Amino acid sequence: MAYSEKTRSHYGTELGSIRTAGLFKEERSITSAQGSRITVEYPPGSPGKEVINLCANNYLGLSSHPAVVEAAHRGLDTHGFGMSSVRFICGTQDIHRELEAKLSQFLETEDTVLFPSCMEANAGLFDVVLDKDDAMIADRLVHASIVDGMRLCKAQLYNYKHMNMAHLEEKLQETQECRFRMVITDGVFSMDGDIAPLEAICDLADKYDAMVMVDDSHSTGFLGKRGKGTHEHCGVLGRIDAITTTLGKALGGAAGGCVSGRKEIAELCRQRARPYLFSNTVPPSVIAASIKVIDLISQSTERRNKLEENTKYFREKMTAAGLDIRPGVHPIVPVMLYNAKLAQNVSRELYEEGIYAVGFFFPVVPQGAARIRVQISADHEKEQLDKAVAAFAKIGAKYNIIGKKKDEVIATYGL
Amino acid sequence: MAEDITKVLVDYIKREYLDEDSDQEITAETKLISGGIVDSFSMVSLKLFLEKRFKISIPDDKATPEAFDSVNNIIKLLKQFTTV
Repeated sequence: MAYSEKTRSHYGTELGSIRTAGLFKEERSITSAQGSRITVEYPPGSPGKEVINLCANNYLGLSSHPAVVEAAHRGLDTHGFGMSSVRFICGTQDIHRELEAKLSQFLETEDTVLFPSCMEANAGLFDVVLDKDDAMIADRLVHASIVDGMRLCKAQLYNYKHMNMAHLEEKLQETQECRFRMVITDGVFSMDGDIAPLEAICDLADKYDAMVMVDDSHSTGFLGKRGKGTHEHCGVLGRIDAITTTLGKALGGAAGGCVSGRKEIAELCRQRARPYLFSNTVPPSVIAASIKVIDLISQSTERRNKLEENTKYFREKMTAAGLDIRPGVHPIVPVMLYNAKLAQNVSRELYEEGIYAVGFFFPVVPQGAARIRVQISADHEKEQLDKAVAAFAKIGAKYNIIGKKKDEVIATYGL
Repeated sequence: MAEDITKVLVDYIKREYLDEDSDQEITAETKLISGGIVDSFSMVSLKLFLEKRFKISIPDDKATPEAFDSVNNIIKLLKQFTTV
């Protein structure tokens, strides 16, 4: 047998070491549709428990929206279940082109090309537009999928301190002799909710003749007055050369991503990006539902306005309750606990109180920066947010961290 | 001579990886990778710096997290390719 005992034992040891390090990821079964209130079966086999969900990327609450679900049904009826093809053989339907055009219009870009996910958009983009004589200059905290995409590209890799414009400028000066340079950043950083200073980045890119690429997965649909994303929020519409983003978060949350930007970049992705060329077409039902999503958010900003209100409300209440949250305006609200064990305990006890929020700790975030990452949705009602704040306050009091700052928490619990 | 290289590397790591207001001390023995100062992503730019600064080429199989885990380890690595 090719799968020998030696092989099995080796993999078993690997899994054991993941468990020992406290990094084993357990998946909880959800038996309801995605939403602000979900039913979770945890531990496996136990009766379903209804909890308030504070950890989905369902920012606009569209994941189970009736109009979106209905559009997906209609897409199934009119365009079938799957295409059994990549895009360039026989996998491009009229609705794929329609969604690409709508995304370009919404994001105010020249052209858009769909990918099976934003992970694959990031995996494909850099290798297509940059070569060994070029340089990629990336914020040090960009998403893992960007890191993987850059590794697949032959261009030289530089990185700058997180959102540090002076350091970015040094790197731009250092790479003057390169043919092309691309500054690479997340629009919003997923662990902290930090918003990249895109205006300053674009100004530097103009000064040093570099392109700008932004992964806007945590902002497309709701950041900016019309929800277009970080480029709208920062006043740089039309100045970003390549935006990658996802349909898998605010925009319905099913699947799919895209590269949207300069038309030559999008077209080169169609011609050469390997994850695009060798992956199946995004299924018609997802496309039809995503078209509905873009229509909904183009017609009304009601949902992004409610998300903004909910975020402000939750941030203010948490601060008033004495919890240490990372300041900002984004619906990602990191509740800082600093110690990994403390973050795990608080997360577990929140669940007991009917609140589902997950702890993050090293190596996902730096050592000594453990937190619970809360994500607010337009679907949340004030009563749900109040209940969440009350649970945080109760558990925070038990662990004596209310009103305590970083140094005091670390003094009690260690790093 | 070795002392100079240590200073070059310590200065670079401070400038490149620590925030301006950081009071963290970096010595030749400070754990860089396992201590969370330099992550695996930033290691790539550290390798690029060493290659440009010392005009060498470090094969990928030599550029391991262990080899980059302290200034002393980096100096040992450099000695395989230069006369520092």
